[in-house]
Amino acid sequence: MPRAGNSLWEVMREKGYSRRDFMQFCTFAATAAGLGTNASAAVAKAFEKKDRPPVLWLHFQECTCCSESFIRASHPMVADVLLDAISLDYDETLQAAAGHQAEKCKADVMKAYAGKYILLVEGSVPTKENGVFCMIGGRTAEDILKEAAAGAAAIVAWGNCASYGCVQAAKPNPTGATAIQKLVNKPVINVPGCPPIADVMVAIVTHILMFGRMPELDSQGRPKEFYSRRVHDTCYRRPYYDAGLFVEVFDDDNARKGYCLYKMGCRGPLTYNACAVTKWNGGTSYPIQSGHGCLGCSENGFWDNGPFYRHLPSFPGFGIESTADTVGLTLGAAAAVGVAAHAVSTNIRKRKLIHDQVVEAVKDTPDSKEVE
Amino acid sequence: MPSTQTYRRLYVWEMPVRLYHWLNALAIAVLAVTGYLIGRPFTVGYAQEASFQYWFGTVRFLHFMAGYVFLFNMLVRTYWGFVGNRFASWDKFIPLNRQAWRDIVEVLRIDILQTRGTGPIHIGHNRLAGLIYFVTFFIFMFQGLTGFALYGPMSHSVFGNLAAWVVPLMGSEAVVRQWHHAMLWFYVLFTLVHVYLVFYHDYVEGRGTTSSMVGGWKFEREDRLDD
Ligand code: HEM
Ligand code: HEM
Ligand code: SF4
Ligand code: SF4
Repeated sequence: MPRAGNSLWEVMREKGYSRRDFMQFCTFAATAAGLGTNASAAVAKAFEKKDRPPVLWLHFQECTCCSESFIRASHPMVADVLLDAISLDYDETLQAAAGHQAEKCKADVMKAYAGKYILLVEGSVPTKENGVFCMIGGRTAEDILKEAAAGAAAIVAWGNCASYGCVQAAKPNPTGATAIQKLVNKPVINVPGCPPIADVMVAIVTHILMFGRMPELDSQGRPKEFYSRRVHDTCYRRPYYDAGLFVEVFDDDNARKGYCLYKMGCRGPLTYNACAVTKWNGGTSYPIQSGHGCLGCSENGFWDNGPFYRHLPSFPGFGIESTADTVGLTLGAAAAVGVAAHAVSTNIRKRKLIHDQVVEAVKDTPDSKEVE
Repeated sequence: MPSTQTYRRLYVWEMPVRLYHWLNALAIAVLAVTGYLIGRPFTVGYAQEASFQYWFGTVRFLHFMAGYVFLFNMLVRTYWGFVGNRFASWDKFIPLNRQAWRDIVEVLRIDILQTRGTGPIHIGHNRLAGLIYFVTFFIFMFQGLTGFALYGPMSHSVFGNLAAWVVPLMGSEAVVRQWHHAMLWFYVLFTLVHVYLVFYHDYVEGRGTTSSMVGGWKFEREDRLDD
């Protein structure tokens, strides 16, 4: 049954939360959405009055790491409130209902709240072989997605899978795994990452609930607030990078000193994410702080740019060990040999020609006696 | 063959063309060396703390400075292709008629089969060289676009923003970097073959090709002056 309609405050009160809890939540929501604590009164007002839109969470080709991340948001109440109170009307992983009951619930929401509900999608959609690789309730993922997208007020693509296709879409992409934005002709909020950071996910949902519209997006559909800076530009090891102080192998002295992981294949310089700012697990740490380079998990096609532990990716078509430099050096050597061979053959084949020319030219020179 | 040959001195490469050529060669040399280092930083002695050294930052700075020189130089040369003398003109780079293609085959025969040339030799670029430079200009453009696309996010450069569309087009910054790096080897190959061919044509034609890019002058037999 669709439970939406009441405001967030009403739902929280029903659940036994105090006014103080609610205000705390509003303050968190305001800061998470980048508004600052001053805005919490305005946020509270919105959450008191506005009806909560229902939320559908669809799962396709994925590993559930996005859901796992989401329920670990740093403010315990946030996950609780959002999961309990945003009225997550359909989520295969978390809902109590199953089978026909669950499907009916979703159908009811889509009908009663057409044009109003929020659609969150986790996972990519297979398009090869008529989409048989991912079917739920006898229907293909593509079919389910298109139906749900048609009446959605906002669509969020969770993680690299829904944003770009992730590992399923890595070459040769046997199932034709496709990003959500390529299948629906509506704007999609991409929240890439494998998984995305919990607090980022929460902030984005909160933003939509609060304002009833999308956060500001960049050209690739990612919220600018969290994806406009490279991990590298916010990394605390950056001074080592500029100084040219690099870890050469894991566990060398440089690694113990915390030098830059660039030569260990760190993808921070080409990865847009908030890891170094927001950090993970309630601000505890992030991969580089724990001594491991960034894999570029929020970037399109990051699985195909390996190996992960080397700066230069392998050159397409030349095997895993070859880099652009191997190929280039080989071509360069071949060209040098070619040029040398040409020079030798020039001097053999054109010897006579040039001799004639020289003689002729010298003869032609008016003042040529001493030259000859 | 006439018994007496008179050679005429011809002003072929005007100053802007020569300046472009050597600035370009210099910029590319700096870009190739610093670019290679960015891709494969060498190991330095690790005696110093980070606050005392900045060599990798300096290497990158040089790469970006040379990148700007490379870009503006290329723009000036493009402009000169429309206002410069006939040897510098844009139409010398594009084989638009049948005669041009015949000339290309002729040069290929001279270069590869090493036959004696029959027709008149071009005074400026020969048609094959022109075509190769034309292709090269596109590769210069590719390098500039991928370079500035990578540069955009690390600066406030207008040129970086102008090239921002390259990243989604190629998929991701990793792919842009891969090709930007791979193209380094094009410049190595081009320079090797180009310099060799300059010396070679100088040798077999005897018209002062090599020095022409320094002083601008070439020498041509008067009876062949019909280009
Ligand atoms: C002949 C021309 C050029 C050559 C041979 C060249 C070569 C290279 C190479 C080999 C790399 C290393 C890539 C890697 O492994 O990560 C690189 C990086 C880069 N190049 Fe170039 N490049 C050229 C022109 C340019 C231009 C015109 C620009 C524009 C400003 C540019 C901007 C960059 C940037 C921003 C990087 C990434 C640097 C970093 O990570 O800090 N390049 N280049
Ligand atoms: C990085 C190295 C170099 C690059 C990228 C380069 C590139 C070019 C380009 C683009 C042109 C066409 C110029 C125009 O019409 O504006 C050209 C012509 C020429 N270059 Fe270079 N060059 C390089 C090094 C050299 C060197 C070292 C020499 C001589 C020692 C040389 C001699 C010449 C000559 C004589 C021409 C005109 C000849 C012709 O038309 O075939 N270049 N070069
Ligand atoms: S560790 Fe990675 S992200 Fe940090 S400075 Fe080095 S290359 Fe950049
Ligand atoms: S550091 Fe890089 S690979 Fe690791 S979670 Fe952040 S974006 Fe993903």
